[in-house]
Amino acid sequence: MSHSASPVADAWTPAALQAVIDAHRTRPGAMLPLLHAIQARFGFIPEEAVPRVAEALRHTRAEVHGIISFYHHFRTHPAGRSVIQICRAEACQSVGSRQLEAHAKQALGLDYHQTTPDQEFTLEPVYCLGNCACGPSIRVNDEIHGRMTPEQFDALTDELSATVVEVK
Amino acid sequence: MAVTLYVPRDTTALALGADRVVARLERGARARNVEVDIVRNGSRGLFYLEPLIEVATPEGRVAYGPVTPTQVESLLDAGLLEGRQDHPLALGLTEEIAYLKRQQRLTFSRIGLTDPLSIEDYTSLRGFKGLERALALETQAVVDEVTASGLRGRGGAAFPTGIKWQTVHDQPAGQKYVVCNADEGDSGTFADRLVMECDPFLLIEGMTIAGLAAGADQGYLYLRSEYPLAHAVLDEAIARAVAAGYLGDNILGSGRAFHLEVRLGAGAYICGEETSLLESLEGKRGLVRAKPPLPAIEGLFGRPTVVNNVLSLAAVPFILDQGGQAYADYGLGRSRGTLAIQLAGNVKRGGLVELAFGTSLRELMEGFGGGTRSGRPLKAVQVGGPLGAYLPESQWDQPIDYEGFAAFGGVVGHGGVVMFDDSVDMGEQARFAMEFCSVESCGKCTPCRIGAVRGVEVIDRLRAGESRDKNLALLTDLCDTMVDGSLCAMGGMTPFPVQSVMQHFPDDLTPRQAVTAGGTTC
Repeated sequence: MSHSASPVADAWTPAALQAVIDAHRTRPGAMLPLLHAIQARFGFIPEEAVPRVAEALRHTRAEVHGIISFYHHFRTHPAGRSVIQICRAEACQSVGSRQLEAHAKQALGLDYHQTTPDQEFTLEPVYCLGNCACGPSIRVNDEIHGRMTPEQFDALTDELSATVVEVK
Repeated sequence: MAVTLYVPRDTTALALGADRVVARLERGARARNVEVDIVRNGSRGLFYLEPLIEVATPEGRVAYGPVTPTQVESLLDAGLLEGRQDHPLALGLTEEIAYLKRQQRLTFSRIGLTDPLSIEDYTSLRGFKGLERALALETQAVVDEVTASGLRGRGGAAFPTGIKWQTVHDQPAGQKYVVCNADEGDSGTFADRLVMECDPFLLIEGMTIAGLAAGADQGYLYLRSEYPLAHAVLDEAIARAVAAGYLGDNILGSGRAFHLEVRLGAGAYICGEETSLLESLEGKRGLVRAKPPLPAIEGLFGRPTVVNNVLSLAAVPFILDQGGQAYADYGLGRSRGTLAIQLAGNVKRGGLVELAFGTSLRELMEGFGGGTRSGRPLKAVQVGGPLGAYLPESQWDQPIDYEGFAAFGGVVGHGGVVMFDDSVDMGEQARFAMEFCSVESCGKCTPCRIGAVRGVEVIDRLRAGESRDKNLALLTDLCDTMVDGSLCAMGGMTPFPVQSVMQHFPDDLTPRQAVTAGGTTC
């Protein structure tokens, strides 16, 4: 069972999008599973998904937009290859997450919800990863890292950049 | 014969390099021509010792930790595979580690002992005994056991679980639901995650018993998206439980049905509030509903629904197996049973401590926790998540129980204990409480939606030294309005940490502190 996965997935096409919608539309309370499935498959929720989801689930487009924008997890633009979430919650604050947060923003040249121009990293805030006895915690895609220091953060991002280069 | 080793695979162990420890162990054992069987067990919850390696010996399991990948070779050289105890990381018999031995583990009796996905391991330690008993009882008798246990909602609201079940049980037959609230969003809490990652069948069993008692044949487990490993473990555990006949149309041949599905949240703290969670499950924005109607009468899709926290449901198998009285024998006053306390934040020995209600914070933070990780003096502790008050030292000797804490404005909540040393700027913490509410408010009611934004602004003005008395009066008034005028606990309790800072750490709301620390924005 792998717990590490890149959020970057297939390029979306109308047919593929419709296939995802059709696979989930009949489930009770289908909206969130459907939006999750779209984002898991394509890395984000394309604008064109809104009218299609609305039609499939008999909602208005405004309602679908409202639901997508309500939940922090859903994104409407592609993310970088590595989505880095930094825990901003109290347990991590008590062991230096504010300094880590400032360092990460400066090192990556990003504020929250931004992506590097080379599509390498997206930086996001997160409120608790459940690793509160061993913070500060960050999440990189589906992997959690604990007791993160600014130095370890730099080493990790260096390693992530290098990995992508090798893949190419 | 192969040597059996155990290396946990919960999120914390993995976050600290457990997979790399396993790789080194495998390589080292191969080089020594020793056959090893490495079981990826759940964590014992002693996070300060993770990654923890255990070795099976005739005397019992012996432990080593915390192990970094680079220390594995020296451990092997020092006879780890034979269970020798001369290495500095050797901890002796796991069961004899004081931190573990002094606990009263009823709910967490199995974590760390088993492979979380092995039904065989689970049943070898009384797993599914509670379900078997529930299947043999009338539904009312199942509810009665839970009522007799005195169990109260462990998610934070502390509502008696038995009464909730009784209400759903008493609704006319028809579609009913069991919903597990696994949206463990409070900072400083990880007990739900431990149940799900380290003993998932326990939760499956608890939910199934709830379904039998209430007359519900469908359960949803609403899991936060921040827990990817728990998601994978639960999906696999449910598939195995179905295959083994513990879930499905004919549970253990009884002719009774219960189906279970994991539904993923999407990063909204408010969805831990039960009515918001139900809205989310129905596929809507997670806006809080007004109560009444109670979810027990009109819940998911308008049907009677049991909504319980992970820990409430995870306490149920013990109660059915050993009897409600066995659970009620633990505890203090009206707080019966055990509480899963989670020692977090700036703590030397962080982890899970399950004890009967009645222990003091000081005993937990110093006796178990060993003080701060930084080695500096403790200054404040936030109990019960981001909506809980910051408690100063004068309140650390109070025995933990729901009523006792409520009497002085404290919150037991989900049992998270977040420790701060004396370098903390409490003014910044007060500001964060309001900022967090402004980010996470569902927006339905004005005191919460607007109040949180104004709260940040007022605290910023205070910290900048503007009209101190006027702004303090304004903040007091704002907090009262939020407490009295909000629909749910998000707006209604966000002022608790703020008020506690005003009351106990007023100096930190002065500009001097603000200049040295500075705020951050999202």
